[in-house]
Amino acid sequence: MAKYLILIYGDEQAYAAGGAAAVDESMRAHTAFSEKHGAALRGGEALRETSTATAIRTRPGDEPLVTDGPFVETKETLGGFYVVEAADLDAAIAIAKDVPAPDGGVEVRPIMEFE
Amino acid sequence: MDVRAAQVAAAVADAHRREWALVLAATVRVVRDLDMAEECAQDAFTQAPTAWPGTGIPRNPGAWLTTVARRRAVDAVRREQLWRRAVPLLVEAEHAPGLDDVVAAREELPDDRLRLVFTCCHPGLNRDAQVALTLRLVCGLTTGEVARAFLVSEPTMAARLTRAKKKIAAARIPYRVPPPEERPERVAAVLDVVHLVLTTGHTAPAGADLVRADLVERALDLARMLRVLLPGDPDVAGLLALVLLTDSRRATRTGDGRLLLLEEQDRSRWDTTAIGEGIALVREALAHRPPGRYALQAAIAAVHAESPTWEDTDWQEIVGLYDALVQVWPSPVVALNRAVAVGLARGPRAGLAELDALRDEPTLATYPYAAAARADFLRRLGRVADARLAYEEALLLTTNAVERAFLERRLQGL
Repeated sequence: MAKYLILIYGDEQAYAAGGAAAVDESMRAHTAFSEKHGAALRGGEALRETSTATAIRTRPGDEPLVTDGPFVETKETLGGFYVVEAADLDAAIAIAKDVPAPDGGVEVRPIMEFE
Repeated sequence: MDVRAAQVAAAVADAHRREWALVLAATVRVVRDLDMAEECAQDAFTQAPTAWPGTGIPRNPGAWLTTVARRRAVDAVRREQLWRRAVPLLVEAEHAPGLDDVVAAREELPDDRLRLVFTCCHPGLNRDAQVALTLRLVCGLTTGEVARAFLVSEPTMAARLTRAKKKIAAARIPYRVPPPEERPERVAAVLDVVHLVLTTGHTAPAGADLVRADLVERALDLARMLRVLLPGDPDVAGLLALVLLTDSRRATRTGDGRLLLLEEQDRSRWDTTAIGEGIALVREALAHRPPGRYALQAAIAAVHAESPTWEDTDWQEIVGLYDALVQVWPSPVVALNRAVAVGLARGPRAGLAELDALRDEPTLATYPYAAAARADFLRRLGRVADARLAYEEALLLTTNAVERAFLERRLQGL
């Protein structure tokens, strides 16, 4: 078995524009996902919007630069994540396909294991 | 070299071409490590030229090579205790025998080639990596040969292969034939890789030669292998037909170092054996509804192959096949080919109208055949000035030397 991080990307502006209905729908979808894949889930959180993000950029020979905003500006932003345990990449992909990501998609990253 | 040594050398070369994938795939199962398996398989092929003159060429060279490679693999596993490696390649549990089983059953010949193919063409790998891995691991090309096929330096290709193998291990891409529900999508990816090898070989993207016969032959080997491993798959039948029919014209596509169009080719020199085999496969593939992309492309090639002369070509039939192809494969390049077929079926004015409809297609803006097709219709309509501009545009976009020479001759002939 191996652990994978599933990063959830989406259009946060579209989500915000959806109002309470969008929040309800998202909650319902993630609850359903968690129930279906509870056995594989090892963790997961939703993130606040990228307007609340602070980036701290390392500068060789200089003090770190602290700026407002996410580390990389993209239209589709990171909105949340799950940590899952799966036998192999195909099994992780099968779980990831069920992650609610209505206006974006997800990225599956193997988590490094140290002996 | 005496006769015996020459025979052995030829037998080893032949076995490498035919059996490499079988030997490697069976060895991967033992070591669960692609690099180590490659080394063991390579070692078996290195031993053959010294062993075979004494023992005689084995009746089943693949079995001999597999046994040697697997024995070497078992030794390596014992020595290095690969079972305890942090990230072994994932062989499905039921097919990952214990060491004792492997030793006991080493004369058995598992055919793991499908696993190898599906691992190389896993959707988690990018297309370049899929093609490179397939040529390296399934076809047994050296890293240098794969690099030359795709016109990149050997260190670049070596890095690409290393990165791909690292992803297979780190992300745990399984060494497995996908379950039935995933099969169509996964087979499609494999066929796309083989098709890319075919098209790269059929019209080399750059360089002095139009056709890279080595790559076309690898595409044929791969398609034949898939046909054996997936005999009932209509898309596999369609792709093999497409490779055979496309390559049946190889001998006639150039003459005196210049490109010969379909209408200029000597049809009596087309490979009738390949055409016969291809047409039978097209029939089989088209029997499945709806027909797939490769079956339709092969059917178009079959119409040409069956036509005794250029003038006899059934262009209406070809337009009909393109209409169906656009449905299953809505690509701008297919739409372009359809427009050309319309022009040949209904005249240059109709063809030009079809081309105009594709004018805003961004992919075609830098596609030399779009400009070349436009130039040809304009030339046929006697619009010399417009044709000149279009030929010049096509020349700006073409890098293959043989194709450039053809366009320059057309331009001078206006």
